[in-house]
Amino acid sequence: MRYAMAIDTKKCVGCGDCVVACQTENNVPHGYCRDWIVESVDGTYPSLSLEFRSERCNHCDNSPCVRCCPTGASHKAEGGIVLVTHHKCIGCGACIQSCPYDARYPHPEGYVDKCTFCIHRVEKGQNPACVDVCPTHCLYFGDLDDPNSDVSLALKDRKWKVLAPEAGTKPQLYFLT
Amino acid sequence: MKEELFVSGRDIPNIDPYLNIWHWQIPLYLFLGGLAAGILFFAGFYTVRGKADKMQATVKWAPLLAPIALVLGLGALFWDLKHKLFFWQLYTTVRLDSPMSWGAWTLMIITPISLIWVASYMKEMFPWWDWKFDFLNKAEAWVIKNRVGIAWVMMVYAVILGVYTGILLSAFNARPLWNTSILGPLFLVSGFSTGLAATILLSKDPKERKRLSQIDLIFIVIELFLIVHLFMGFLAGSQTAIEAAHLFLGGPFTVTFWVFVVMLGLVFPAVLETLELLGFHVPKWLPAVLILFGGLMFRFIMVEAGQITRYLY
Repeated sequence: MRYAMAIDTKKCVGCGDCVVACQTENNVPHGYCRDWIVESVDGTYPSLSLEFRSERCNHCDNSPCVRCCPTGASHKAEGGIVLVTHHKCIGCGACIQSCPYDARYPHPEGYVDKCTFCIHRVEKGQNPACVDVCPTHCLYFGDLDDPNSDVSLALKDRKWKVLAPEAGTKPQLYFLT
Repeated sequence: MKEELFVSGRDIPNIDPYLNIWHWQIPLYLFLGGLAAGILFFAGFYTVRGKADKMQATVKWAPLLAPIALVLGLGALFWDLKHKLFFWQLYTTVRLDSPMSWGAWTLMIITPISLIWVASYMKEMFPWWDWKFDFLNKAEAWVIKNRVGIAWVMMVYAVILGVYTGILLSAFNARPLWNTSILGPLFLVSGFSTGLAATILLSKDPKERKRLSQIDLIFIVIELFLIVHLFMGFLAGSQTAIEAAHLFLGGPFTVTFWVFVVMLGLVFPAVLETLELLGFHVPKWLPAVLILFGGLMFRFIMVEAGQITRYLY
């Protein structure tokens, strides 16, 4: 099993619903976020292109945060979801330093926190909150090993990219372009 | 031209607009760790070579600073932890992939060794010293008997500690400025150089100071070579590495790095030490203090600048 998410940058309008849904679902402290939206403008006038990306932890296959964690608090759960065990985390910041996507933050209670792909929902067979709430249905979640999952089907017919592939982390967040 | 901005109000303290999760505690700790590594290595080195009598400050007096530096460094590390009361979790696991885990265990070993080393010289340094308990006297006698063996272990762990202060940073491939294998040897050499400088400050014996200055000069030359090598590597590397190097080559850290670290912390003390060895009269504390200052600045700049560098996508 290999959980992944595909984000359709052509359909995303940057409304921020995914961000609010995540904050509500996961009780994210005020002023923090586990997912966020980047507006990326590329090119020189008049040939400009605009891309909206809903970003979060990339749940990397080769995850530097798991490797750097001195206590084993950062670990991989079933399906490759990267998680932090709160009571094992000492808040040293090694995982924050090691993440090329700046996807982690120190929770005000001390431990390091981040997107969990809403594992508590996924375990019940549901989608992450951000996926379910998206008004343009631009987020696809599922098991890459299952050819009929939403994410596999989304990746099959479209061009896609991952962020900072040169970092060698093998991210599991795919951006449809 | 590429312009990116967060449109969802992402404004997380210490992470946006650029990463700044590590403050003064980490560079201070890296400095103190390197200093202790340098002191302990040379204390062990001259013991193994049977020159403990000729190198009194190196073997006896300077090691007094090592456990103090290590404990202060550990205190700084503890201060930096965001989830402080869970610090003991470091010692419930061994994580071979994590340099920080290596560091925690190395400190767990070298801190007591440094304390034992100092304790075994307490009676020689302070004649009025009394251990009061019989078992402590016996333990002291055992340590004194096995000093050469302990010196070997101490040297090995001093090297690990010195290298680790650099590897801790170089393991983070998300920070291009740190992600170079030069950092391990560079921090080791710099740490040893600061250790020698601290010992020179404590030494009252001109012969010993001369010998230490000679070694220090070699370490400074190696360090300068490694710094040149560092920038050659960056400039021959990927775009992220080139941008990291440009922080020091025209960017915001140019003056602080080249003036405080390279000129005042390495070149100037090297010139002073050379003049001293050639027979000119140089205040004995000046090169040593400059080296200590340069070493501290080097770690502050590397930690601060490294956190600014990142992958761009």
